[in-house]
Amino acid sequence: MTFADTDVPHLPAGVRLKSDAVRGTVMLLAPERAFTLNPVAVKVLGLVDGERSVGAIVAALAQEFNAPPEAIAADVIELLDELARKRVVER
Amino acid sequence: MSAERPPLAPPIGLLAELTHRCPLRCPYCSNPVELERRHGELDTASWQRVFDQAAQLGVLHVHLSGGEPTARADIAPLTGHCARAGLYTNLITSGVAPAGRRLPALADAGLDHVQLSLQAADAACADRIAGRAGAHAEKLAFAAAVTQLGLPLTLNAVIHRGNIGEVEALIALAVELGARRLEIAHAQYYGWALANRAALMPRREDVSRSVAAVEAARRRLAGTLVIDLVVPDYFARHPKACMGGWGRRLLNVTPSGEVMPCHAAATIPELTFWSVHDHSLGDIWRRSPAFEAFRGTGWMREPCRSCDRREQDWGGCRCQALALAGDAAATDPACVKSHDHDRVAALALAEASAQMPPYHYRSFDRRSGA
Ligand code: SF4
Ligand code: SF4
Repeated sequence: MTFADTDVPHLPAGVRLKSDAVRGTVMLLAPERAFTLNPVAVKVLGLVDGERSVGAIVAALAQEFNAPPEAIAADVIELLDELARKRVVER
Repeated sequence: MSAERPPLAPPIGLLAELTHRCPLRCPYCSNPVELERRHGELDTASWQRVFDQAAQLGVLHVHLSGGEPTARADIAPLTGHCARAGLYTNLITSGVAPAGRRLPALADAGLDHVQLSLQAADAACADRIAGRAGAHAEKLAFAAAVTQLGLPLTLNAVIHRGNIGEVEALIALAVELGARRLEIAHAQYYGWALANRAALMPRREDVSRSVAAVEAARRRLAGTLVIDLVVPDYFARHPKACMGGWGRRLLNVTPSGEVMPCHAAATIPELTFWSVHDHSLGDIWRRSPAFEAFRGTGWMREPCRSCDRREQDWGGCRCQALALAGDAAATDPACVKSHDHDRVAALALAEASAQMPPYHYRSFDRRSGA
């Protein structure tokens, strides 16, 4: 089940971002698990607020990076799908 | 000791054994057989200092554990302190009083996650294992309160001979209670579980059946429930990386403030533990003799030393090596390459097929436990 444009992703209870001064990265913390996020994932998850749709997230990134939404959408959806499989993002 | 030492990465987790007090008496309890008493417990300010140092050191998760952590009256302020320090807080609880009464204050203090233990799915069976009538019913009420408060819930069931037939029922119960994760953890034989091994060791065919049940449920419940499975060592070919490797990921602080690489490490008599009374957590992590003793691969002998799995399982569990092979620096007898493996496997087989002895219940007085 891959994310559609109109799906609204959110972080489930117990999952949160933490900017980690010791490691110099942003981490995604979940029960018993911690993921190091790359800069792109940090940008995407920074826009995941339980209100924006996937389409809105892509549009916001497209504007910020001055790139066509089509070029970004696939990467965003792939990332969200991967995190959903790990159950750290839900729709 | 010529092995190359990569730079030491910061620890991921801190297991805070806030107290050894607990209203239950599980015969597989991971606490040491010599339980620490209340008067020796660290006070609130000392734990707060430990948590601040943990955050500075790079610890991400703090596991508020015990015993029963809510037996401490300051559990909510301690949780709040961790939350303010940016630490992810996980309450590891039995769910029996006073856990339920203190839960709302913990949620207010910013608790991130609750891990609740269940002894079985059937109430009578569960209460017999926990050594307390009515415990299971209390746990179910506690689970409902957790999800009502919107807190994420993980259930943890230690599996052994007395409940191995309940694995499917436990999975169904986890779904019913709205848990997001279920840990099906076969007993690890140290502490009380080692003393009770003959009463806990399951038969091999029951182990296989329980593993198959978990695998089928994982497929069926994908997207609803995550099931983590810890398989029993004595039936494995290779050991587990105990705590993700000695001194690599985790610190364990005992109620009185001794810091150990694993909660069973006190069973190894030659180790010297440093206390948070005398040293900072960072110093203990980097330089204390107990953490240095088995860190990395430099301490290994054959067959581990030249084995290509040595950085996957780090030679297995040191406490188990001591308990079963008589030498903490030996290869974990759970490994097929250990000289002691066949003897240990035969022992497990013999215990599992003999009549089940009564439990030696956990207690503060060793003699009264039987
Ligand atoms: S294993 Fe049982 S007796 Fe030991 S601390 Fe946990 S709930 Fe209490
Ligand atoms: S020989 Fe040592 S390193 Fe190799 S698998 Fe066995 S325990 Fe692990």
